Amino acid sequence: MSLLNYTLRIADSSLILAQRISGWCSKGPTLEEDIALSNIALDLFGQANGFLEYASKLDGNKTPDQLAFNRNEREFFNLQITEQENGNFADTIVRQFFFSTYSFLFYTELSKSTDETLAALAVKSLKEVKYHLQHSKSWMLRLGDGTEESKQKTQTALQYFWQFTGELFEMDEVDMEMSKSGIGVGNSELKTNWDKMVNEVIDQSTLERPVDAYMQTGSKKGLHTEYLGHLLSEMQYLPRAYPNAKW
Amino acid sequence: MQNGNIKYIWELLNTVPDPEIPVISVVELGVIRDVTFTNNSFVISITPTYSGCPAVKAFQDDISSCLSENGIENFELKIVYSPAWTTDWMSQETKDKLMNYGISPPSKIVVCPQCKSDSTTLISQFGSTACKSLYKCVECLEPFEHFKCI
Repeated sequence: MSLLNYTLRIADSSLILAQRISGWCSKGPTLEEDIALSNIALDLFGQANGFLEYASKLDGNKTPDQLAFNRNEREFFNLQITEQENGNFADTIVRQFFFSTYSFLFYTELSKSTDETLAALAVKSLKEVKYHLQHSKSWMLRLGDGTEESKQKTQTALQYFWQFTGELFEMDEVDMEMSKSGIGVGNSELKTNWDKMVNEVIDQSTLERPVDAYMQTGSKKGLHTEYLGHLLSEMQYLPRAYPNAKW
Repeated sequence: MQNGNIKYIWELLNTVPDPEIPVISVVELGVIRDVTFTNNSFVISITPTYSGCPAVKAFQDDISSCLSENGIENFELKIVYSPAWTTDWMSQETKDKLMNYGISPPSKIVVCPQCKSDSTTLISQFGSTACKSLYKCVECLEPFEHFKCI
């Protein structure tokens, strides 16, 4: 049960962020950027699919599609940062930068998992995440060290998304169990390395690291911000309105 | 006998083009990891290039129809994730084909497929397909696609 739950958490974060970023498709600030964001969304959908296939096998009852389209809000375990709205371009980049830095470190550790499937999916995802990280990092530098307006918008975005970064390193009983058995990832080094990488880029971008204050929490228990419900209603509409519809 | 058949399957697979880069086959792309014969059925192990690459579904369909058209009915396609696909598996011959087709092949030094200059600059890490990035040649000023190293 714990392994299924652990796998779903990884799958859901990728799936929900992929759905979010897709909202940029055809609305990107430039053609190249439109393509870049759509490609990142596509990679994340693919990664989600790999983890959902495994979750489906562990579950034994539901297909990957059923897991994606037939679960309700409280049954999703994605990190809350992934469901936040796209906002302006700086918001999207800051969200992506926080998440890609986390994913990069998380998958690096998960590659060593004693669970062969999780390890294989992590190795695969890591290769793609490296490009996502490069992308958001270079935008952080350009926006932070850009014009007065781009700097101000990026700083405001840092300020907003900071409250969702505490969750990245939370450990509940499922995480403890998985980490202890060598399947999952522990949080201690993850947090230290994340801080190091994020501080470095924030400094280079001439931005300011927000002060730690209240951190949002709850996704591991299926608790979410109001945005997830709206996202799901759009994402799940078709398979729910027309069950068994074929592509 | 079986070994001979397995060789034949590889030959057939080598005629299936990559759906997005038709100048190379799925075998040359490196996505066919293994062909075995178990329980009276050919098992073809395929690994995806990028997790979300839409071409993966397309070449699965293409492989299935190629085998069926050639009278092979007893086969199954299996997706494997490990070892993860890498452009290191591409042979020099395949890289040359890409270059002639106008796509700069995966390598540390990115060479312009038009004028062969290595004085090139990155436009975007993401291109028209998941496996490519966009470059521009500083010498001849032509934009071109580069097959990303992964």
